[in-house]
Amino acid sequence: MKRVYCFLAAVLLSACATHAAKPAAAAPAAAPPSGTALYPSTYQVPASPPTLIRNATVLTGTGARLEHADVLIVAGKISAVGTQLSAPAGALVVDGTARWVTPGLIDIHSHLGVYPSPQVEANSDGNEATSPSTANVWAEHSVWPQDPGFRTALAGGITTLQILPGSANLIGGRSVVLKNVPAVTYQAMKFPDAPQGLKMACGENPKRVYGANKNQFPSTRMGNMAGYRAQWVEAQEYLRDQDEYQKKLRSGAKDAKPPKRDLRLDTLAAALKGDIIVHMHCYRADEMAAVLDMSQEFGYHVAAFHHAVEAYKISDLLAEQGVCAAMWADWWGFKMEAYDGIPENIAFVDAAPAGCAIVHSDSEEGIQRLNQEAAKAMTYGARAGLTVPPEQAIRWLTANPAKSLGLLGRTGTLEPGKMGDVVVWNGTPFSVYALADLVFIDGALRFDRAHPEVAPLSDFLLGQPAAPGVNP
Amino acid sequence: MRRALYLAALALSVTQAQAATILIRGATVHTMSHAGVLKDTDILIRDGRVAELGSHLGVPAEAEVIEAHGRAVTPGLFGGAARLGIEEIGLEPTVDDYALKLGSMRPEFDVTGAFDPDSVLLGVARLGGVTFVQLVPSAEAGGKAGPGGTIIAGQGAVVRLDGSVAPARALFIEMGGAANALSGGSRAAQLMLLEQAITEVRTPKLLLANDARLLTPAGRQVLAQYLAGHGRVVFDVDRASDIRQVIAFAERAQVRAVIGGGVEAWRLGAQLAAADIPVLLDPLADLPESFDSVGATLENAARLERAGVKIAFSFADPEAHNVRKLRQGAGIAVAHGLPWEAALAALTRNPAEIFGVADRNGSIERGRPADLVLWSADPLEVTALADEVFIQGTRQSMRSRQTELRDRYLPKLRAHSAR
Repeated sequence: MKRVYCFLAAVLLSACATHAAKPAAAAPAAAPPSGTALYPSTYQVPASPPTLIRNATVLTGTGARLEHADVLIVAGKISAVGTQLSAPAGALVVDGTARWVTPGLIDIHSHLGVYPSPQVEANSDGNEATSPSTANVWAEHSVWPQDPGFRTALAGGITTLQILPGSANLIGGRSVVLKNVPAVTYQAMKFPDAPQGLKMACGENPKRVYGANKNQFPSTRMGNMAGYRAQWVEAQEYLRDQDEYQKKLRSGAKDAKPPKRDLRLDTLAAALKGDIIVHMHCYRADEMAAVLDMSQEFGYHVAAFHHAVEAYKISDLLAEQGVCAAMWADWWGFKMEAYDGIPENIAFVDAAPAGCAIVHSDSEEGIQRLNQEAAKAMTYGARAGLTVPPEQAIRWLTANPAKSLGLLGRTGTLEPGKMGDVVVWNGTPFSVYALADLVFIDGALRFDRAHPEVAPLSDFLLGQPAAPGVNP
Repeated sequence: MRRALYLAALALSVTQAQAATILIRGATVHTMSHAGVLKDTDILIRDGRVAELGSHLGVPAEAEVIEAHGRAVTPGLFGGAARLGIEEIGLEPTVDDYALKLGSMRPEFDVTGAFDPDSVLLGVARLGGVTFVQLVPSAEAGGKAGPGGTIIAGQGAVVRLDGSVAPARALFIEMGGAANALSGGSRAAQLMLLEQAITEVRTPKLLLANDARLLTPAGRQVLAQYLAGHGRVVFDVDRASDIRQVIAFAERAQVRAVIGGGVEAWRLGAQLAAADIPVLLDPLADLPESFDSVGATLENAARLERAGVKIAFSFADPEAHNVRKLRQGAGIAVAHGLPWEAALAALTRNPAEIFGVADRNGSIERGRPADLVLWSADPLEVTALADEVFIQGTRQSMRSRQTELRDRYLPKLRAHSAR
């Protein structure tokens, strides 16, 4: 078995690492990160035969494009990427001729499960819009695993997705990262040991939901900022109280009394410590800059601005501070803070040295074709002289979101040892005619366009006389 | 004398806009007429019209030549039933004009009056190769703030993206579960209300004895036009059982119906074809977003086309800002079984025919005002962009507010990248 490209991949990975976001403050070594030990993942990697995909165009997600290349998955992990790999005994061999192979796609911004289909009031569980800070809520406690949108996203090559609370609140709550596998419980979808995220929101939404609709704080952007800052101040005090308690314990003080536990401050304190990754919904360049100053004030790191329709105006600042921008290809104008959106936004962010561009969906439709969103961004970028080849652009949907989620060591590229999250496309994924033929998650075949029954329908669609069957 | 001067001035302005004689040479022309696809073909545009369409045309001395090198030329695209020019920004009441909320049934409400040809959205859409849309009013339920609309949302015209307005109008009616709040809580009341409105039009004597009438005199006049077959009536409806009701209603009322949305229309292909009712469908609708759309499938377009139903594309959520995305939906329909030419027809000829503008939109024919797009690649591909756009005879600027923003910030990016 040749392993020609493993070395290449490793080199590219280290090159990749120099572009990585600033590491957040180190987590305390002893305690497991909050939220990964609680409500633990029950996801099990199913047993699957080795799989060898032969003679395909392979985009590794590390920046390499390999022609007539093979991808070998063994025991759920990428085993090798190269040429003329030999198939282990009992291997599933896939003819990759005229097909393209990419890492499984990752959507960093989804509300599947929390705003599921059908969009009935009874299942509308994405915004706890009763207080401007609901850092105490966890999106995973709203996820309905029977959302039919998970399956249609799978048909679009999505293997990993972050489910966020909505943007009604300044601080919306904790996110959860899921493996896109059919399950009865969300725990059986939960990406094992993935850090949780914290959803925060800039701009119009919080001030509309509270100020305009309820005549309460905040009603302005300055109110928004004061609102976040007050929360961080509380979290700092909470951390200080906990530290003092620990000190007293260590010194054997008899009056050591643990501070009262507060679920909201648990989350914010974990974000300040870097155990929970901060994701911030923000459209305007000036607001993003203000938030970056706030992150300096309180000593935390913003992993990514989501939506970021004006990221192109500050692509240098974002790159310098190691902050990713998760963007749509062409959405704009649906509200005032989206009026300056341009379809070159993604290409601009990508073009800044060390820029980190991510294509996200925030949509049950868009998540089905992140590859096409990327294709549009490439096309508009090229017209502006910002040409991005496929082997780079694929990172917008794979390695970059993986990095932003703290998962790049485990998924997001086709490198030996990583999870066997792989998509076999019917041709270039950067096309309106692109279809995912096969989708593997941890080496297990989860979607097969020729055999739609491989991906079961949601319970919701069973027995519905109108349901169109298992055609994706 | 004064009249002659006026005509001269008019002629001059027309000349300034359309003077250029342009030869697009060596294109693949998708005429969407009986001529079909013409390869290696030249298009001579003179005085704003397609003067010649053929191979190896001579080059008039004054002509500017655009070498197509085999690139595709299509008719200007349809952007769907859309809010283009009537919704500058979402969520801002001062620039959103698409919904009437007077609490009374007003078919005479014509949203065309709000159309702003100076909206920056038009320029953005033109760069996407869109040259015409059907303006669509929407009905919204009232709330604490005041009254809402009714199931009759009102009328809209076809507008072209040079700012011109076509004479025909279409009437929009909202039905199904999403419209329950507009019909007293039950979809069964939707046809009841429509039947009553028709009775008011057709039996005016009843009105004298009835104070609970739905329509104003102007509303009766307008509805009478549609009942006489002038103009399309678009029923926004998704569930198969509701579509069945609309088919029967259209037959009874003798209106020229269109199904808008039609998520489950594929289940009634034969009936729709027999009734000659076209479907304005969303090519991306594949999830049961409501209980009315449990049958959602990306194969809706392909199945309806096979059944002989005339289809056109339009996003279910009326677009304003992203009408340029509709051609991506057409490409996706192709990936799910719709023949390529049928997909292009659903973006050009079919909507032009459905909404009564086929004399000026939807096909490329000699003698017609040039309304066409030269594409960088396959027009249905996400990797293609419009290279040239002509609307009703006028070559369009390929700039928009978005290109202005792009070009303001591009030098900063280049300077930073060069460091």
